[in-house]
Amino acid sequence: MDRRHIQCDRDKCTGCLICEFACSAVKEGRFDLELSRIRVLQATPTLLDVVTCRFCRNTPCIKACPRNALSMDEATQTIRLEKARCTGCGWCLEACPFGAIAFDEGTKTVVMCDLCPNQAQPRCIEFCPRKALSLHVSNRAES
Amino acid sequence: MHSCSGKYLVVDLTDQKTEVRELPERLLKTYLGGAGLGSRLLLEWTKAGADPLSPDNAIVFACGVLSGTMAPASACHAVVTKSPLTDFLTGSVSSGLWSLALKRTGYNAVVVTGAASSPVYLFIDDSMVHFRKADYLTGKSCQQTEAIIRQDSGDSRVQVASIGPAGEALVRFATVKDGHRLPHRGGAGAVMGAKKLKAIAVRGTRAISVPDIGGMQKACADLNARLHQSAATTSQLAPAACLLAANGECSLAARNYQQSISGGAESLAAECTKEGYLLKVIACPTCPVACQHVYRLTDDPNSDEQVVLEKEALAAMGPLCGIYSLPVILRAIELCQSYGLDPVSTGATAAWAMECFERGLLSSKDTQGLDLSFGSADGLVETIRRIGLRSGIGNVLAEGVKRASANIGQGSEHWAMHAKGLEIAGCDPRGTKSLALGLAVGLEAPTLDDSEVDSPSSLKDREDLASAGDSIGICPQARQYFRDFTAEAAQLYALATGIPMSAAELKQAGERIDNLKKAFNIREGWRRSDDWLPPRLFKDPISSGKAAGAVVSEKDLKTAIDNYYRARGWTSDGLVPTEKLTALGMDDIQEVLKGNRHGPPPHTVR
Repeated sequence: MDRRHIQCDRDKCTGCLICEFACSAVKEGRFDLELSRIRVLQATPTLLDVVTCRFCRNTPCIKACPRNALSMDEATQTIRLEKARCTGCGWCLEACPFGAIAFDEGTKTVVMCDLCPNQAQPRCIEFCPRKALSLHVSNRAES
Repeated sequence: MHSCSGKYLVVDLTDQKTEVRELPERLLKTYLGGAGLGSRLLLEWTKAGADPLSPDNAIVFACGVLSGTMAPASACHAVVTKSPLTDFLTGSVSSGLWSLALKRTGYNAVVVTGAASSPVYLFIDDSMVHFRKADYLTGKSCQQTEAIIRQDSGDSRVQVASIGPAGEALVRFATVKDGHRLPHRGGAGAVMGAKKLKAIAVRGTRAISVPDIGGMQKACADLNARLHQSAATTSQLAPAACLLAANGECSLAARNYQQSISGGAESLAAECTKEGYLLKVIACPTCPVACQHVYRLTDDPNSDEQVVLEKEALAAMGPLCGIYSLPVILRAIELCQSYGLDPVSTGATAAWAMECFERGLLSSKDTQGLDLSFGSADGLVETIRRIGLRSGIGNVLAEGVKRASANIGQGSEHWAMHAKGLEIAGCDPRGTKSLALGLAVGLEAPTLDDSEVDSPSSLKDREDLASAGDSIGICPQARQYFRDFTAEAAQLYALATGIPMSAAELKQAGERIDNLKKAFNIREGWRRSDDWLPPRLFKDPISSGKAAGAVVSEKDLKTAIDNYYRARGWTSDGLVPTEKLTALGMDDIQEVLKGNRHGPPPHTVR
């Protein structure tokens, strides 16, 4: 399968955070923006972008994990987290060049985007009222 | 109760103490949240007859019920206090990241009482509350204060509601900057300034749970799509389009209501849509509409100075002051944002001063050589600066037109355009007759896109609906895009709280909140004579245009007010009878109204 990740059209994004609300509702069953797998960055009022897991080829998070809790799922080209192994040490958070990994204070584990495997498409894309979010597909030749 | 923690925070600045109090579920059901809950708490925590700028006045920040959920345009809170302009209740809704952060601290409302001896700011870090020294922030603009506090805290999630130099100088129409837009009218900033409270910084990280997350998601997805679609056609062009639409429907007040232009705003609207100024349209959290139009301050592409332009501010700074140049208006609004001034009151006050200047009541000596004629760009910009710092002529104007005209006298009361002390701007009630009643009996000046009302009972309905919306927490700007606002808002309320609510019940809650506000005002000395309009609207006819010769008829207005009180179930003097309060299920406020009790019953939790 090709590598995919969620991308944002900065011109369309208004910074409404509906993607964050939708993500936490779908993944956590409540509105908890701290645990959203997608994050809206607002550097200035008019400079917006979103951050989600990019499923990097060189997987710095997997390399950083001292307990082998993270692995690359070759079938879906997403990062798989084995919760039982995760101790919440935070090495992957430090290693991630995008800041795409969130920490769950409740369970002391990390959370990250999994592209909503059981859905037609990631729910954040579905919820975005401006259609600013889309799935970027990169073939293997790209880095 | 789902989506509401059932707790509120009481901050006593005099002793620097805080207390967490419980909100009984019955109270939350009766007054919802936001403006309703805020008014209810204000009634309890403000001593009857308190001077708005004294420690006896309280200021309440109350979250909407839906805030923190993904309900469309729901990241709202209300700021409620006794206004230093009107001496009555003022409650206005703002939205943005601060509202969301406050809800996520776990407090439904924050009541600030007393006054500090030296400048402080509050830092509410989830449930923890810190008092911090704010001497080093004195004189800083709202934007600077926000940036400094956020940098000091080292966390970009910290959101700041602050006052600028105008609030510190107790300018009576100073505002609190706590969102991107919707500045609070009525002088909440001066109340904070009098308490020496420079800012409230908030970091909220808690989750908001709702009983039926699936149902909520589905309802919100449907509403979001519909709201986005119906707003797409109009919101892109706003505020210029709104100004034009308002100008087409009604006459826009110009030159301090000396003129009323119909169709003269095209040149200004054309400038607003010109390339190079509009940078981006952004949204508050959970809002599919997106109505904040961020403008570049000058047409210089390298400039990074930005300002959010609103139609009300555009109308007040523009035609009302005789100014039709967009760069000047943007500069004026930007100054208001830095100093923490309400742009509508500021524009109206400047327009009043301009008329005084042209009529010779204010000489060049009074203005220290400043040319204050209508249309003078330097005059407007410099006046705002002086008001913000209360220097020179600004010291007189900072009191608002009601007090300033009483001070200057010589007939200037005739063109002091205010209702109960709150400056008015925008549509001219002489040209649009249906606006006169709402302006006379209401506390907030009507906005430009208020739909027309043709009878006193439809005004009652509209006010009730507005109060209900302000309380459950759906942004006033987004409400017009709902198909059936009452029914859809009631459904969202039920989904978020798990408490069934019908459209009729929501409407009744709105009516209850209106009666609550009225009861507060009656306690503060409201009389029927307060529900009236400035003399110019009755005496000076519109000079030109399609509504030429029109004035507001005193007789018609009196009849309309009589009918309005009747529709409300009030006495002919406009007082709220005890039976009316009982019928609405508001027995809980009777004790407070009698002045027998100060503060709520002691069911404190820690």
